[in-house]
Amino acid sequence: MKKSVYSMCGMCTVRCPIRVEAEDNKVTWIEGNQHLLGGALCAKGSAGPALVADSERPQQPLIRDGGRGAGRWKEVSWHTAYDYISDKLKKIKKEHGPESVVLSSRGGPWQNMYKTFIHAFGSPNYTNHDNTCGRNTHHASLSLNGVGRTGFAYDIKNSKHLVLFGRNMFASLKIPENLQTMDMLDNGGRLTYVDVRQTMTGLKASRFFQVRPGTDYALALGMTHEIIKRGLFDKKFIDQYVSGFDELCSFIEQYTPAWAAKECGVKEKAILNFVDEVAEDMPNVIFHPGWNLSRYKDSFYASRALHILNVLMGNIEIKGGLIIPKGPGDCGAKGIQGLDCPKPDIKRADGVGWKYKHFDKGPGLAHLFFDAMEKHDPYPVKAWIAMRHDPFTSMPDPQQQKRYFDNCDLLVSIDTHYSEFGWYSDIILPESTYLERDNPICVQKGPKPRLAVRRKAVEPEFDTKPAWEIFKQLADRLDIGDYFPYKTIEELYEWQLKPTGFSIDDFKEKGFVSLTDDPVMFDRDKLDGQFKTPSGKIEIISKKLDDAGLPSLLAYESPNKPPKGMFRLVYGRAAVHSHGHTINNPLLHELMPKNSLWINKKVAAKLGVEEDDVVDVIAANGVTERVRAHVTEFIHPEAVYTVHGFGRQIPLQTKAYHAGMSDQKLMVGKLDDWDKAGGAINLCEAFVQVRRSPRNPKRRVEL
Amino acid sequence: MNNYMIYLNSKRCIGCHGCEVHCKTNKGLPVGPILCEISHDPLKSVKGIPKTEFNFRSCYHCDDPFCVPICPTEAMIKREDGIVYIDQDKCIGCMACAGACPWSIPQLNPDTNKAVKCDYCMDRVDNGKRPACVTKCTTHALKFVTLNEVGI
Repeated sequence: MKKSVYSMCGMCTVRCPIRVEAEDNKVTWIEGNQHLLGGALCAKGSAGPALVADSERPQQPLIRDGGRGAGRWKEVSWHTAYDYISDKLKKIKKEHGPESVVLSSRGGPWQNMYKTFIHAFGSPNYTNHDNTCGRNTHHASLSLNGVGRTGFAYDIKNSKHLVLFGRNMFASLKIPENLQTMDMLDNGGRLTYVDVRQTMTGLKASRFFQVRPGTDYALALGMTHEIIKRGLFDKKFIDQYVSGFDELCSFIEQYTPAWAAKECGVKEKAILNFVDEVAEDMPNVIFHPGWNLSRYKDSFYASRALHILNVLMGNIEIKGGLIIPKGPGDCGAKGIQGLDCPKPDIKRADGVGWKYKHFDKGPGLAHLFFDAMEKHDPYPVKAWIAMRHDPFTSMPDPQQQKRYFDNCDLLVSIDTHYSEFGWYSDIILPESTYLERDNPICVQKGPKPRLAVRRKAVEPEFDTKPAWEIFKQLADRLDIGDYFPYKTIEELYEWQLKPTGFSIDDFKEKGFVSLTDDPVMFDRDKLDGQFKTPSGKIEIISKKLDDAGLPSLLAYESPNKPPKGMFRLVYGRAAVHSHGHTINNPLLHELMPKNSLWINKKVAAKLGVEEDDVVDVIAANGVTERVRAHVTEFIHPEAVYTVHGFGRQIPLQTKAYHAGMSDQKLMVGKLDDWDKAGGAINLCEAFVQVRRSPRNPKRRVEL
Repeated sequence: MNNYMIYLNSKRCIGCHGCEVHCKTNKGLPVGPILCEISHDPLKSVKGIPKTEFNFRSCYHCDDPFCVPICPTEAMIKREDGIVYIDQDKCIGCMACAGACPWSIPQLNPDTNKAVKCDYCMDRVDNGKRPACVTKCTTHALKFVTLNEVGI
């Protein structure tokens, strides 16, 4: 039987809206939702059916049958798996208290389900992957604007100038944003791109600053100086909504474009010309405050500076600027019901909320649980449930992490594929892939808010289950099933939609329910109450940071130069992979089976490294990864670059196994190198040595 | 006379290789054959910015294709509207077509041991749709052009 289903992609966490056709339980066609994307989909999105068909993923629950990481698994029934986990959790709860259990997820629109589970169990310790992604950007926005990083939607399409600091959007794809940017460029808009290397995004730029690694903050300061000096700011907006502008003016005095140009290794004239363009394009200039800015020691302040530049532009709540996302209430509609359980009144084990008061208590910071594991401070952490989160791939130094996790009595991995953490865990619960599962309804806030849902297109290929069922089953066994008031997904949808007046059938026409026909915009003179800082103003001098003993405007410190013979290791993404979890997909592996190490041409010549030579990339303690070199003039000589997610070590993933290099394994000792102001781990503060590998083949004998 | 062509707006192309996978998934192809290809020239500095042009290549659907007469089983067929396609029932996988083609466009499908090539997704075109690569192009950089539309 042929069917067509509107759904949501799951190949990466952008979750693009899709429409899927299936016949005889096989996917025959996937495209981007015509109503929202005009059919557009990326390579990963089209490779979804290959994920469903991939037999190199867990096909039923697996319980460890040897040492951790030994890779010996016992196949068990779901019943046995649920009992195994609930029995262990009950025992741990009895011995160490419920707070000794941590649940981490990737984040996203369904995290309230996982939060509900762990809170109902009695633990406040919910966390997610954002400590290695957007936490700095999030906290920067929170400290300045009083709202997190999703507190603004970017109306790129109608802007005149988009400024991207390392946000390589045409490789780290987000199709709706990509289409907007292309349309903006087609309309004659400008794109300024800043990075340590040339990228797909930089190719489309009208201005490109190749900066010395770690100097983004300096460039932002230099731009701010010139913009303020030339009076290119929205005085009315600042008078009305912003505090601390005078402090900014005196702080920025010393950071001239000439200084910034020298620090970043760019031309002063280029900065001045850029500001000329800003003068023409403002207020429709958008400074993207960063996505994955868990990079340098001052990335939090770099992001804060970019947020401040937006404030100076006065681009908030205007067409072609930063628009405050609207929810159902702003359209006179009622929102959906979500699963919820109040957080237990217990200190978080990661210290967020009591030791570190300036951080968002929602997901805390995943890397700060290791102390609790090792030193039982403030109490022991004895179990970790990773819901589609892979700490070993996302955080530095998996070897060190394993030593910490060995203090735990239970490690659970719930995932569609084998994660590196899953391979080391005690039990793997295989989640059905996004094409084989339903997910709860979610609200997508924005200028035009809507309700959206993921519906399965085919029945599971293997004995896998959707998350809503996994958590319900576990909750029932732990006597917290009342927090999950449903037996089937239909019952859950009905319960979610109860207040809205909609039914699940209303999603059939377009795959979503629009809550307004026209974008909802607030009156720009009445934005009071939108900035949820202590003072209600946009706080250039943040009270929260003050209270934490942290500066709001950080004096610039030049990044460390790599020691002689070493390079700063930086990472990024390619358009055909979503970090580690697509490397084993046959169709994506075909396009990009391995990563490489980008190295500057001049530097490579000194090292005797030529294109495609095998190089050894060596970390401080001798940990070595081996990979092919890509010699190019388009990367800064201080940096070497690789695509993150490769170098996987799961033998059952035959394509991904040991293919390419892993950057996180080279970040030895870097779990402790994190941003005290922004919270994220500094993932680009590791230096490595590079040499032409003695393992390069010298000759080839064929007969 | 060819009625159709696929045009790439290089300005909008981001070299994401989406088209290649859109094609493969639609045709159910295994690892190996790739029927359309995105490539780019080496980067060159233009006014201080490293730039490049992207190229899209599938089958050229030649006016006078070499692959058609060489086929021993008459499996390679040129339609009235110009589309050159392979009748999979007749193809014996001898790959003479690939040898005759100046660009070796036809490729072997290792699952079926028959030749495959771009046919502009003619089943879709015949139903009023566009080829898979065009329909799903990530940035709407690919266009399926009907030549009488542009007055040729």
